[in-house]
Amino acid sequence: MGKKLNIEMLSIKNLHVSIEGKDILKGINLDVKPGEVHAIMGPNGAGKSTLASVLAGRDLFNVTEGEVNFQGKDLLDMEPEDRAKEGIFLGFQYPIEIPGVSTVNFMKTAVNEHRKYKGLDPLSASDFLKLMREKKSLVEIDSKLTNRSVNEGFSGGEKKKNEIFQMAMLEPKLAVLDETDSGLDIDALRVVANGVNKLKTRDNATIVITHYQRLLDYIVPDVVHVLYDGRIVKTAGKELALELEEKGYDWIKEENGK
Amino acid sequence: MAKEEQDKILNEVTESEYKYGFVTDIENDDIGKGLNEDVIRMISAKKKEPKFMLDFRLKAYRHWKTMKMPEWAYLDIPEIDYQDIIYYSAPKQKAKLESMDDVDPEIRATFDKLGIPLDEQKILANVAVDVVMDSSSVKTTFKEALAEKGIIFCSFSEAVQDHPDLIQEYMGTVVPIQDNFYAALNSAVFSDGSFVYIPKGVRCPMELSTYFRINAENTGQFERTLIVCEEESYVSYLEGCTAPMRDENQLHAAIVEIIVKDNAEVKYSTVQNWYPGDKNGKGGIYNFVTKRGICEGVNSKLMWAQVETGSAVTWKYPSTILKGDGSSSEFYSVAVTNNHQQADTGTKMIHIGNNTKSTIISKGISAGKSNNSYRGLVKVAKNCEGARNFSQCDSLLLGDKCGAHTFPYLEIGNQTAKVEHEATTSKIGEDQIFYCNQRGINTEDAIGLIVNGYAKEVINKMPMEFAVEAQKLLQISLEGSVG
Repeated sequence: MGKKLNIEMLSIKNLHVSIEGKDILKGINLDVKPGEVHAIMGPNGAGKSTLASVLAGRDLFNVTEGEVNFQGKDLLDMEPEDRAKEGIFLGFQYPIEIPGVSTVNFMKTAVNEHRKYKGLDPLSASDFLKLMREKKSLVEIDSKLTNRSVNEGFSGGEKKKNEIFQMAMLEPKLAVLDETDSGLDIDALRVVANGVNKLKTRDNATIVITHYQRLLDYIVPDVVHVLYDGRIVKTAGKELALELEEKGYDWIKEENGK
Repeated sequence: MAKEEQDKILNEVTESEYKYGFVTDIENDDIGKGLNEDVIRMISAKKKEPKFMLDFRLKAYRHWKTMKMPEWAYLDIPEIDYQDIIYYSAPKQKAKLESMDDVDPEIRATFDKLGIPLDEQKILANVAVDVVMDSSSVKTTFKEALAEKGIIFCSFSEAVQDHPDLIQEYMGTVVPIQDNFYAALNSAVFSDGSFVYIPKGVRCPMELSTYFRINAENTGQFERTLIVCEEESYVSYLEGCTAPMRDENQLHAAIVEIIVKDNAEVKYSTVQNWYPGDKNGKGGIYNFVTKRGICEGVNSKLMWAQVETGSAVTWKYPSTILKGDGSSSEFYSVAVTNNHQQADTGTKMIHIGNNTKSTIISKGISAGKSNNSYRGLVKVAKNCEGARNFSQCDSLLLGDKCGAHTFPYLEIGNQTAKVEHEATTSKIGEDQIFYCNQRGINTEDAIGLIVNGYAKEVINKMPMEFAVEAQKLLQISLEGSVG
């Protein structure tokens, strides 16, 4: 047996990000290993969603300093679609509607782009539909949704379920779930969390971004970070989430001099 | 052809900005620039036309001289010097051709580059092709197979020679010579086109398709198509176009006339991909077309389906006169404009017969600095009872420098009419594109996906092989328009 490799999957070093001259992230450091679930919590405006967007490659933001390494590659140097194909999945806080584009066609294009990137042949129509069926039952999403245009006319909860379904189809290495719990009733929350848990393996990792502790009852994190004013100001085990739930964010603000 | 030469052509084709922007070097049989009665007599003489044709042309020409270019469209058209145009040119050919082997190899190579399979591929695809290269017909296939059923499918010139009675009976009955400026011009100088006649009770067993191609420099293209469908007959007609790249603007003024009798049905599908000009708005085809059908008989049907991505300027309103009781017409259109393209296009549905029905689905897509207008008229005559119309006009914008405009006109002369109109305008957002990107789909493919989703209702109405081509065209014509 060789030496156990314990390489970081994702390594963020001193990341500074601004938008229109305003600094949003002011030196983020974060390491995520395969098999881990990290929760990033924090008050509104702390920069949580910005971090998710920057990892996915949204070009609205300027990275002014720092580096992000993903599986040995410079992530910031990659186009958004290549980041996706390298294995980064962003669960959108507000999933986008694409009228007229069927979910089947959308996912087929996406899955085959991933396969092409890996040097694999595209899936045949029947293999693809088989995969769809498999993943649909795994994440308990109704065929009524996947038979429609992408997110068109979906309720908030349906959109989030659809995000988890897409995640199941694409089997990412690192899923970044941005406020996936917002706007969900308790049943939808359970479905979404179950999906995430079922998709968890030793080789992939999840970053759960959330404002509330509630989701973490279902998706149990290994590490909890508190993001405040563009910095990670506290990192601890899952008990930190409970403490935040109980005491709110004010003590964090006070500790950090605001 | 030497390998080197082949590679060169291949390079030119694959690297050219406009996919079909190449020029075939064929000797042209021109008659020089300009237009007067002598030119018209010469055209008629060259085509060995009977006297009624010359009379028709001269009458049209004399009327045209009294007319002015229409200015009501939302188009900015530079002045056109009609004396600076060559009104007749035909590829020189030695004799009537017996087989494909006799076709000029250069012409055949051009068709191959265009991906027009004139040979067995088409037979397998069950499509008869009448290819119009410039003004005169090069080769007609399947004529015999169709003749067995009594179907006539030939070039307009041939029809004038072989079926003068039919031509005389129907030509100019749907689009009269004085109809509009461009129709009058076409009627005076038209060079060739297609003629289709489906006898009573016959379903045309294959899709009829004509590929038009503008080729010679400075040559106006004046096509004329006439389709006559007798009682209880059916035909699906496909028209697809590509043209080589030119810096000078080229004028195209076509006429399509369709006559549909009792219980007959016609589907007319178009994919239009003429050279739209370069990114700076230089060059490109001026496309001023008059397309009109009359549902003359009871319960007759006419469907228009079109995907328009080409031309610098498009002025086109495929229309239907619903004369027969219970007749119906549908119009499905996708019009794409990019860069500096301008399109003013739509339809007219004229309800005359009782219980007539029309459906209009128009999808405009504007990108770059282009302007895309929908202009549609729904008219219900005073004595027309129970007319129904549904119109849906959607506009999709890419970027913020383009324009979309809708000009719906309603003239309802009878209280029993039910007319509905819906319109939407939407934008391809960066959010949508980023969402696709995040799933591993690059920006060009994302636009293709979104645009084809938007246009799906129209594309689904097209025959299969056309639908595939149309989808590719939509994506190609919008390349580079975002980001």
